[in-house]
Amino acid sequence: MRVRRVGEHGLLLDCVDAGQVETWRAELWRRRAAGELDAVEIVPAARTVLLDGVPDPAATATSIARWSPQPVIETTTGNSPEVAIPTAYDGADLPEIAAFWGTTVEAAVERLTSIEFRVAFCGFAPGFAYLTGLPEQWTVPRLATPRPKVPAGSVALAGAYAGIYPTASPGGWRLVGRTEVTLFDVHRDPPARLVPGARVRLVRAS
Amino acid sequence: MVIEVVRAGALTTVQDLGRPGYAHLGVPRSGALDAPALRLANRLVGNPEECAGLETTVTGCAIRLVDAGTVAVTGVDAPVRAAGRPADPGRPLAIPAGGLVEVGPARTGVRSYLAVAGGIAVEPVLGSRATDTLSGLGPAPLRDGDTLPTGPVTSAPAPVDFVPWPAPSTMVDLPIRLGPRDDWFTDEAIARLLGTTYTVTPVSNRVGARLAGVALPRAKVGELPSEGIVLGAVQVPADGQPLIFLADHPTTGGYPVIGVVADVARLAQARPGTTVRFHGPQR
Repeated sequence: MRVRRVGEHGLLLDCVDAGQVETWRAELWRRRAAGELDAVEIVPAARTVLLDGVPDPAATATSIARWSPQPVIETTTGNSPEVAIPTAYDGADLPEIAAFWGTTVEAAVERLTSIEFRVAFCGFAPGFAYLTGLPEQWTVPRLATPRPKVPAGSVALAGAYAGIYPTASPGGWRLVGRTEVTLFDVHRDPPARLVPGARVRLVRAS
Repeated sequence: MVIEVVRAGALTTVQDLGRPGYAHLGVPRSGALDAPALRLANRLVGNPEECAGLETTVTGCAIRLVDAGTVAVTGVDAPVRAAGRPADPGRPLAIPAGGLVEVGPARTGVRSYLAVAGGIAVEPVLGSRATDTLSGLGPAPLRDGDTLPTGPVTSAPAPVDFVPWPAPSTMVDLPIRLGPRDDWFTDEAIARLLGTTYTVTPVSNRVGARLAGVALPRAKVGELPSEGIVLGAVQVPADGQPLIFLADHPTTGGYPVIGVVADVARLAQARPGTTVRFHGPQR
């Protein structure tokens, strides 16, 4: 992990892999909650964790260099509860995804329901979570031409990620299904249903 | 109290100091693009600096105060009329009940800020009343005929009789700190960034100021995995033309950030065609 300066009040923790991102995200959130870290934003992403609104970035960088967080060890009884997202597997791109995987639609759905995903980070839109957990050999390419409008609640895959569109928007991810779950609600705390670190299952809707 | 929007103008939005603290959930910061101007307008009318006011875009706006109140207009050089009479920007203006406040087209710059004593009191969303044009959070951009509530007046207008106005400028100087991804660019790119000028293009908006100039060549090929973005980040897409992120910027992005500028307020007031010059340490 390498710490880079970002402007006058930011730091970027450049990590070696997604696992180290998750370790540092959890550590930094814990330290901030304990009053040991002053930062307005702690934003995990694919390979980095951004700290923004840091009053003294040089001093914070020195502190970070002294910290040695332990990887997040979790069991099914671990500290982040599993979120079940009931999903109707009727997405327009499901046959094509099954074809990519060299299997049937039914077996493709079976695979998707068997995975425990984790929210690696959010972005693109409020409440849009990038879910990791798809094995490398099951990654699927984005659509060559994005759809002008993807309905809210669409469950989709792109590259190594799964994601759910919180609101209707243009999108180039491949649609596997849809959910009725409200993913972003400004009257809830936190407003996002899926927050970084959460474990997620895309269970079949009954 | 209530104000009525008589003329909404090209793009007039409610803005405060934004909704920081939710970037990890994909929620942009939003807030006034020229935050110092909004803070000043609030101080002039006796509001706390973080109160919500109106941000106009180039063509100004007009509002009517249902009850008597105090307003102030800041940001750019624009003609102001208060209850039918020419009035000065940059000072508190007493408006009688039913009085009209008209902010005309900007003579220089882009965005005027109109504060009303008590502040615009629409329902906050995640702690802020700001309109976020990227994600749609907060109140919709104003339309003719809208009415907006204002809050209780907490203190008297500030006894200010002089507000310095920046001279109109066709050149904006932006100090820049290189990184975090300056290593994705060639030495030539850094030399071009710091040694040539760029021009603000018309496709700029509340999300970012798009610049045009000599392209900034990359030293690395391939794609950068998506990473967190800060206000003022100078992102360089594949075409090599820099884009400087403003308040409604997305929380993450996949193009390398060559550097970060600290003062985005002046950039937010830079019209298309304005020359931008970056200043920073040479590599």
